[in-house]
Formats: sequence, C-alpha cells, structure tokens
Amino acid sequence: MRIRAGSVAVLLALSLGACSSDSPDSAPAAAASCAPASGPVTLTYTTWIPNIEKVVDVWNKANPDIQVKVQTGPNGNGGTYANFFNQLKAGNAPDLGHIEYDALPSFRVQDGLTDLGGCDIVTQSQSKFIDWTWNQVTFGEQGHVYGIPQDAGPMALFYRKDLFEKNNIPVPATWEEYAAAAEKVKAAGGYITNFSQSDINQFAGLVWQAGGHWFANDGSNWTVSMTDDASKKVAGYWQGLIDKKQVSSVPPWTPEWDNAYNSSSAWTWVSAVWGANSILAGAPKTSGKWAVAPMPQWTAGEKVAGNWGGSSTAVFKNSKHPYEAAKFALWLNTSTEALTLLNKEAQLYPATKEGASLPALKEGVPFYGNQPIYDVFAEASTQVKPDFTWGPTMTKTYADASDGFKKAVTGQGTLVQALEAAQTSTIATLKSQSIPVKE
Amino acid sequence: MAGFRVPRYAAMLVMAVFTLYFLTPLWWLFVASGKKDGQVTEGRALLPDNFALGDNLAGLFRYNDGVFLRWMLNSIAYTVGAAALGTLLAGMCGYALAKYVFRGRELIFNLVLGGVLVPATALALPLFLMFSQAELANTFWSVFLPSLVNPFGVYLGRIYAAASVPDELLEAARIDGSGEVRSFFTLAVRLMAPAFVTIFLFHFVAVWNNFMLPLIMLGNERLFPVTLGLYSWNSQVNQHPELRALVLVGAFVSIVPMVIAFLSLQRFWRSGLGAGSLK
Repeated sequence: MRIRAGSVAVLLALSLGACSSDSPDSAPAAAASCAPASGPVTLTYTTWIPNIEKVVDVWNKANPDIQVKVQTGPNGNGGTYANFFNQLKAGNAPDLGHIEYDALPSFRVQDGLTDLGGCDIVTQSQSKFIDWTWNQVTFGEQGHVYGIPQDAGPMALFYRKDLFEKNNIPVPATWEEYAAAAEKVKAAGGYITNFSQSDINQFAGLVWQAGGHWFANDGSNWTVSMTDDASKKVAGYWQGLIDKKQVSSVPPWTPEWDNAYNSSSAWTWVSAVWGANSILAGAPKTSGKWAVAPMPQWTAGEKVAGNWGGSSTAVFKNSKHPYEAAKFALWLNTSTEALTLLNKEAQLYPATKEGASLPALKEGVPFYGNQPIYDVFAEASTQVKPDFTWGPTMTKTYADASDGFKKAVTGQGTLVQALEAAQTSTIATLKSQSIPVKE
Repeated sequence: MAGFRVPRYAAMLVMAVFTLYFLTPLWWLFVASGKKDGQVTEGRALLPDNFALGDNLAGLFRYNDGVFLRWMLNSIAYTVGAAALGTLLAGMCGYALAKYVFRGRELIFNLVLGGVLVPATALALPLFLMFSQAELANTFWSVFLPSLVNPFGVYLGRIYAAASVPDELLEAARIDGSGEVRSFFTLAVRLMAPAFVTIFLFHFVAVWNNFMLPLIMLGNERLFPVTLGLYSWNSQVNQHPELRALVLVGAFVSIVPMVIAFLSLQRFWRSGLGAGSLK
C-alpha cells in the first residue's frame, strides 16, 4: 500500500487555487439569520475524532427532532479540508465540520462558513469559553462568530524528572535556565529536547507565548509579520541550541522520534496537553519517570503560556439549519456529558472554563508519576494570550517554513532566514489568491 | 539473438538479490505487525520478537465495530466488481477495434490511447464535481463507475485480438450462422483468455491501490476502501498513537488479497504472455 501524501498536497493547492477567485476577503457581512426550523431536521457532521459516533449517539437519543449523521475521514490536512473546499464548490458540504483554529481563516476567506453571530444561543455562550479560544473563532470581530471552540492545546514543559534529579539539574522556569539546563544535559550525554523541523505550529506556539503576531487582519487587509521581534527572539534562541548541538533533530512523529524519547536520549518536550498521550504511547519504557511543569518564561516571574493545536466545530455556508447546527455544536463542546466522553474516547482537552474541572482531568496520571498533570495545563490554558491570529494560507506557510527549518537543522541557513523566506512566500501566496495584503 | 549466454548462476544471483530487495519490506511489515502496541523500534527489526500478531489481529478486527473488515469487503467489492466488468468492457472494446472496420476506428483508438497518458489522480476532482451534480458523490457508485474505465486494457485487448483471433475463424462462424455477440463470447473470449487475465490483474491492482478517487469522493467511513481507511487512521497517529499498531497490522492484512490474486492467476498470465509472443 502506498500513501500519496504528495498528491494530497498538490490537490489541496489546486482546490485552494480554484476557489480563490470566487470571493476574496471582504468587509464582514451581516450575520446570517438563525431561526429554528419548524419540523425535525437531519444534520451531517464531518470530523476525524476517533469514536465520535459514541458521543453523537448520546445526542441523537436525547434529540429525536435534530438527528446528526456523523462522517469520519482522514485528518484536516490529510485530505478532509481539501474535501470541504471541493464540497463547498459543489454545494454538498456537510452542515458541520471539524476545523482546527489555524485552518479556520482559510475557510473564512473563501466565504465557506456561516456566521453564527446572529444566533443568540451562540453569543450568549461566549462566557463559557476560555477567552482566547473565543477569539480564535471570532478573529476579534465584534458580533461575528465563525465556529464553536472545541478543544485547546495549552503548552507546558514535559521533562524527565528522574534524570533531572539524578543529575542535579533544577527544573527550568525561564528560557535562560532552560538553555543552562541544555548544557548540563548535553554533558550528561543527552539532549534537552528534539527540535522539530516540521511542526511549525509548535514553533508558532512558542512565538505566541513570546508575544509575536504572525498575522493580522484590519477588516480589509492582511499583514504578515513572521519576522517580528518576538519571532526573531524565539528563532535566535533555538538556533543557539541547534548550533551548540544541544538539541537533536530527528524528524518528528516517526519511530525514530519515539525512540529518542523511549531510549532517554531526549529529556524534555515543550508541548501541548495532547502531547501527554504521545509520550505515553511512544516511550513506554519511561513510564513513571516524567513530570510536567509550566512552560519556561521569557521574563522570570511572568506567567504566559503558548498554544499548539485546538479546533472548532464550524457550520458551513450551505447549511439550511444553522440554528440546529449551532445547538448541536454547543452541546458537543460545552455540555459535561459530551466533554467527558470526548475526553475519554479521544483525549480532547476542552476549550471551556468549566471543562478544566472534569473529574478525569483532576486525576493523577501513572505515567507521570501520578502527578495530576492536567492542573498544570488548566492553568496554562488561562495564560494563553488572546490576540494571536492565524493566516488564511497556513498549510502553505507551514510547508514553506518547514523547508527552511529542515535546512537549518542540518546547518544550512538559520531559523531566522527560514522565517524570512516563509514571510516572502506567504505574501506571494496571498497575492496569488487575490487576498488583499499589506506589505 | 545469439552469441552471448549469461551463466545460469549469474542470472540466479541477480534474481536472488532482487527477490531479497522486494521481499525485505514485506518481511519487515510482517514482523512489525506482530509487535506489541506498534512499538516498531523496540527489539529486533527483522526477527519476530514478543510476537503478538494474534492479539493485534483481534484488535484490528474489533476496533470501531469492526470497521476494518467492512473496508476490506468494500475494497473487494470495488476491486473484483470493477476489474471483472472493466475487463469485459475493455476486452469487447479492444476486440471491436481489432476486428471491425469502420469510419473513425483509428480516431477512437488514438483517443483511448491518449487516455492512458492522463493520470487518474488528475481526473478525481473533475469527476467529483460531475458526480456531485448527479447527486451521486459519496455513494458506492461514485468510486465503482469511474473504476470501470481502463484504456490500457482496451489497448492490450486490441493488440491481442488482432494477433490471436483469426479473421477466417470468425468468417467460418458467421457462415455457420453464429451472431456477432455469440462469436465473441464463444470464440473470441476463449482465444483471448490470456489477455483477459492480464487485463484483469492490471485492473485489479490499479483499483485496489486507487486512493485519490475514494479520498475525494467518499465522506462516509462505511464506504471506504481499505487504502483510504488505513490512510485516515495513519493521519491521526500523532494525536492518537494507539492507532499505529492498527495501521501496521492493517497494511499487512490489506496486501493478502493481492498476493492471493497474483498467486492464483499468474499461471494463466505467464502462459498468456508466452502464447502472445509466439504468434
């Protein structure tokens, strides 16, 4: 069996290009009306959450008049986003779709989403969500809502408690201390972490924490600033660790990468809440030896976290039942029963304020020496800056930046140069799709 | 062709090297499918270690209400159905192009040949838009119908019919009162049997491995062929690492039907190619 990831990327580019001429970003239109239907309705919902059927079944039993048919497939960038765009063009998109925060602007720009700003049930729910997640679905526009926040990826520091203690290395609270620890870890024969050459969204999370803003939209124009001061600071910092060979750089999400953690070669990972599961599955030999601490800070005493990942449930433009769709999406992403199930079946970390107190998120985790690690993430989630915006062509931007990162880890060029190149090509991509951009 | 003889052992050596080269990944996949929880980097890479293939298989067929079995059956339905019907269509078409003289014959043949050059991947998106208009997207038919088309089969069918079905024989059949359809099914099909097997095998492999079309057409997991199903699991390995073991053992199981098809049909295939070359 051969998997043609390349073709998927080409196709995605094709379909993005094909749609772009239709409706470039324009001033926000009035929110759609949100009247309940008079009779029973059936909604379609496409996602890639494993075992989502079990969650939707609970809704369907309780709501005979709003039946939801769920469809699953590959993850967003694996083909489902490309399918959404094709389906929007063909007029047969589902009512609801799973869209990660970083992909939401691309659907907004192509006018593929129903603005739920006119739904009272939606606007009244704003206070239930952690502030920054709400901004991810409104893009900071007053009175407009383009999706319901589903899950979040607040970041923290996973570290090998046993190795840090054994080698007398204090747990770093600042990035300066982290660099100092890197030196000691190297002396002890390990790497402080594995620097990911292709997880540009992880790097974005680091920039997010440092106060960078890669994209902004003033209502008519986009600005791209992947080389702002914060981004340069973060890039320069990691470049230093790469230059001193204090980080390893095996490709992430490969058996090789699992092995780096499983064999105790990499000692920490600055990652999102869902990463807890990745280490657990990838490095079973290290069970009980890990712990979680807050993300290192740029200024001692500050409390700021980054975010990596997270998604929303959006209602597509051609849905005939935005009210019912919104009602389902709100239940799915705010009710305790749905959040509990989503967490149990798919380890989703809720985007709501109350979600952090789910019983499952209060327990100690044996893999992490019985530390109640989700307390750390619950706090981190409230410390994520609310004003980070994604651009409308993130797939391309990630690919461009990743090209440069791959070179940088092998010593050709630097991370800052990679960001500069990504900045230039992102602006070119926006222009080629007739998306207005300020230079 | 004469003058240079390759020593037998040298030929065997080259073949042995290639056999090893092609079989090693399969062997690795077999060993990896047997590893507990998809820990592929644990233990020996090429020797079974903590062998748990049985458990993994049970897990695979149990996951998500046995959706994997459903995918396998879908793949078999798409593949066997499309390959059988597609082979018949391609064979008939090739036969007609070889044995009947009519205006535009070469034009049609050249158009079909041109079709060989167009990658199926490039057609997936236009097909999706067309099937959407007909409200057939996301159905069994949206994958099955396009899979019937096989321009290379038409080409093979024509070449083979021209070489192996003598005009005199057809003439004799006509004089004996056989209709054209009957002549095709009783005479030509038998003479062309080796070509049919070849077309069938090529078609079988092409449809079994087809990925882009189902990816674009299908949203309903219950309709997925096994390639797309495994791909969708694999796309989530990052956040749901427990799926890795299922992807590995699933990939292993998914090649079994193809191995069976080849082993059971290659006998005909080989004799067919031989017969063709003699003519």
